[in-house]
Amino acid sequence: MLAVVGTVPDPDFPLTVGRVDMVENRLTINGKHVLVNRGTPALLGAMINTLKVLGPKDITGFIAGDIGRGDGSREVYQYLVENKSQIGFHTLVFHYLQPDVDWHNRIMFMLDDLKKKPVLIADAGFMYAAKMSGQAQSYDLFTPDAGELAFLADEVAPHPFYTRGFILHDDNRVPDLIGRAYRHGNAAKNLLVKGATDFIADKSGIVFSVNSPVVEAMEAMGGTGDTITGIVTALAGTGMKISKAAKIAAKVNRLAGFFAKPTPATQVGEIIRHIPQALENVLKESYVQ
Amino acid sequence: MFKLKLFKEKKQDTFSRAELGILVFENTSEVIAAQRILLANDWEIRVMGPPPEIQSGCDLVIEFPLIQELNILRLLEKSGIGPIETVPVTDPLLQPVDLFHIKDFGQFLMIRAANMKITVGKSTQLIVNVSGGGCPDVPYLAFKLVGKTMAQAPNPLEIGHTLCGYALGLAFKEMQKKCSQW
Repeated sequence: MLAVVGTVPDPDFPLTVGRVDMVENRLTINGKHVLVNRGTPALLGAMINTLKVLGPKDITGFIAGDIGRGDGSREVYQYLVENKSQIGFHTLVFHYLQPDVDWHNRIMFMLDDLKKKPVLIADAGFMYAAKMSGQAQSYDLFTPDAGELAFLADEVAPHPFYTRGFILHDDNRVPDLIGRAYRHGNAAKNLLVKGATDFIADKSGIVFSVNSPVVEAMEAMGGTGDTITGIVTALAGTGMKISKAAKIAAKVNRLAGFFAKPTPATQVGEIIRHIPQALENVLKESYVQ
Repeated sequence: MFKLKLFKEKKQDTFSRAELGILVFENTSEVIAAQRILLANDWEIRVMGPPPEIQSGCDLVIEFPLIQELNILRLLEKSGIGPIETVPVTDPLLQPVDLFHIKDFGQFLMIRAANMKITVGKSTQLIVNVSGGGCPDVPYLAFKLVGKTMAQAPNPLEIGHTLCGYALGLAFKEMQKKCSQW
């Protein structure tokens, strides 16, 4: 069982918990519909299309509307803390949520109390809260992009907006930033750094990198980071080792982008549509161990 | 209204230090006026003495939830009481990101500020994509901006709420400068 905790950009979307399905480019959860676009809906769309190849698994969504005021995020946090008995998942991903260390820590206490702790993946706002809380190493995987990696590497920055200039840099310093993030305890057990080259790393350093096919336009497209997080979550949900899941996800996301032939104006739904074809191709590759 | 209240019910002492910022003002009467406005709008704030690293302003500062910096600055500026400086509590010497990464895709130009990117068609000045970020206003801002021209689009500094929205606002401002040169 897989679960996704996140938000949608609709202030009137109430806290909704239930199984998530997708018909064409619309997600349904408890009778409510959400268009697949950047953010948590893109992550969910990518998960569903990944599972079309891997085999069906239920995805439970814990979703609320939030446009940045933090209200919906806090409703989701509160629901999780008060409904611990519902958290019997193999893999749990936290996504676009208002960073809030206090609620983050309450959720970690709740998860620590479970008989079996799920595989924990964090991206976006919840990853920021995880870093600020000093509990990054309780997570199995973070999926930052280059700007977010610089934030993880900056031990004093409370948000990417305040990352110091000498740390903010481009992809050629990614290995240094990964090392710095681990030295300060601000990285999860595994990192999948999304960028011109995707890096899979752990505390020993970079374990794998993926740099082909090159699809430059993806850097400009909103939601391509969300899709990679969705793919790796679905793969991890099958019990696959995180580093292997991350390696496959990086390849699949790139290949889906390649099949979509995007321009910087392409929307993420085009990538999601090509995930099943890309995953089938990647799984056939003999060198993916 | 109910939801906004729910957020604002969070008490200041439930924020960790890393989540707090400081507003620095020119003089004490501005601090008092800002405090009155923020409390009247249900913000959880605290007036306190400045940390030693703050070398400017008066001898009182206002502590506030940092993630909502954009919202709070907008409210104060509307009231004509902008702070002279806004800094994180954990390290008052930190400054907002001022590095812009610019990538030219030929027909399109992308500008990144911190973790936020905006991409615009050069000939049309149409916003074709918004990416990056992790706070919940990012998908909302993208929904409001993508498909509009730079001239039609709302300014993220006016409708965003979080520091990600603020970063997008800076990228947007930089893009406005570029557009004026085309």
